[in-house]
Amino acid sequence: MSNLLTASIGRKLLMSVSGLFLILFLLVHLTLNSFLLLDSCMGFEEGQLFNAGVHFMGTNPLIKVIEPLLALGFVVHIVYSLILTLQNMKARGSQSYASGKKTTGVEFASLNMFPLGIAIFAFLVIHIINFYMKMKGFIHWEGGEVEFPFFGAMAKGENAYALVNETFQNLSIVLIYIVGSVALAFHLAHGFWSAFQTIGWNNTIWMPRLKVISNVVAIILGGGFTVIALGQYLFF
Amino acid sequence: MEKNINITLKVWRQNGAKAKGRFETYKVDNVSTGSSFLEMLDMLNEQLINENKEPVAFDHDCREGICGMCSLYINGRPHGPDDDVTTCQLHMRKFKDGQTITIEPWRSAAFPVIHDLIVDRRAFDKIIAAGGYVSVNTGGVPDANAIAIPKPDADEAMDSASCIGCGACVAACKNGSAMLFVSAKVSQLALLPQGRVEGARRAKAMVAKMDELGFGNCTNTGACEVECPKNISLSNIARLNREFLYAKLQD
Repeated sequence: MSNLLTASIGRKLLMSVSGLFLILFLLVHLTLNSFLLLDSCMGFEEGQLFNAGVHFMGTNPLIKVIEPLLALGFVVHIVYSLILTLQNMKARGSQSYASGKKTTGVEFASLNMFPLGIAIFAFLVIHIINFYMKMKGFIHWEGGEVEFPFFGAMAKGENAYALVNETFQNLSIVLIYIVGSVALAFHLAHGFWSAFQTIGWNNTIWMPRLKVISNVVAIILGGGFTVIALGQYLFF
Repeated sequence: MEKNINITLKVWRQNGAKAKGRFETYKVDNVSTGSSFLEMLDMLNEQLINENKEPVAFDHDCREGICGMCSLYINGRPHGPDDDVTTCQLHMRKFKDGQTITIEPWRSAAFPVIHDLIVDRRAFDKIIAAGGYVSVNTGGVPDANAIAIPKPDADEAMDSASCIGCGACVAACKNGSAMLFVSAKVSQLALLPQGRVEGARRAKAMVAKMDELGFGNCTNTGACEVECPKNISLSNIARLNREFLYAKLQD
């Protein structure tokens, strides 16, 4: 097993598995973020649903275990993308084609996974400074305590909703979030099915289906985060 | 309809592996659109020889698309503007009168230029050699139908086996990856019961050799599949991944 990770396919397996793990995280993240828009449809006061969700994530022991694992997932995915990209540039050689590349039918996203990844990483840094650092107390922030319903009873916690709501009143931040989400959508449109191809799950029946699912995942995640950022800016 | 066209060629010239290359421009007149691309290059070379200049070196052998020797990057595509053909099967009817045609060698660190348009593709031979032997029973001649093979498997193995090892996949790949070639060579044997005996060892050895020779890591862009003159499918790459990972788990 030790030399598995020095082989090209082994390193790609790490990219694939860490990528799929990050997609799972994004789906959970999007579900929780959707609470930002759903208060009135579910009959809660503004912010209650999201604050309850944040309280749940902050107090759940399972999340405490998964959080460092998630950080590891990000580190593996980013570090190995750098290693693989550098190796690929070396393998490609310094001489480029004078007549360019006119191969048709190659996805835009598949040719630009690394630039898209850099865009997502830049967004991630801004996103962590905006919210994570403040909610975890690394950057000073006064949210005040609020009450919200929590599994049938009332619970008290920080007003995380106020922080999100306030941040999304700034148009330039909303635009950064939209750009980040669109980059994510393109990254996933290729990344999702490609991850399964790397694991070795492929046949002529399932690959076209996986490509469709890939686009659906990309649209749900990229579109979802865009709608939430825009919705907060326009309606709340 | 056949007619004659006049074309301008921008050809990569390089005196040796260490020499610095450059583009030279040549004019070739009265090329029949019915002639093949390599016949047109033959005309150019005859012209150069008559002018006491050194002819352009390029790889070719069978000139019927089965040997895998021809290897030109023409106007932005390996094997030129036609689909599913090798350079020797490309016809001049694909070009217009007065057109400028740029001809380059394959560009990849694992395929260094030897001379002009000829690149060193021995890396592919080394990968094949690393694949090793296939065990067979010796002795009496076995009945050809003794081992039943499902028709779809036989077809798919045959499709994989149609890879001629020309290297267009590496030339087209933005990562300089040889995965389409290696996956076809692993698949043609992995799909058949006779090839299963050394299946795990073969997948590990060929991938190790591919990595050692400096080919890149596949990112599933699929440019190789588009440019492959033999239509080798990207699904072979998933099969290679599966074969390799499964072999490693058996260690």
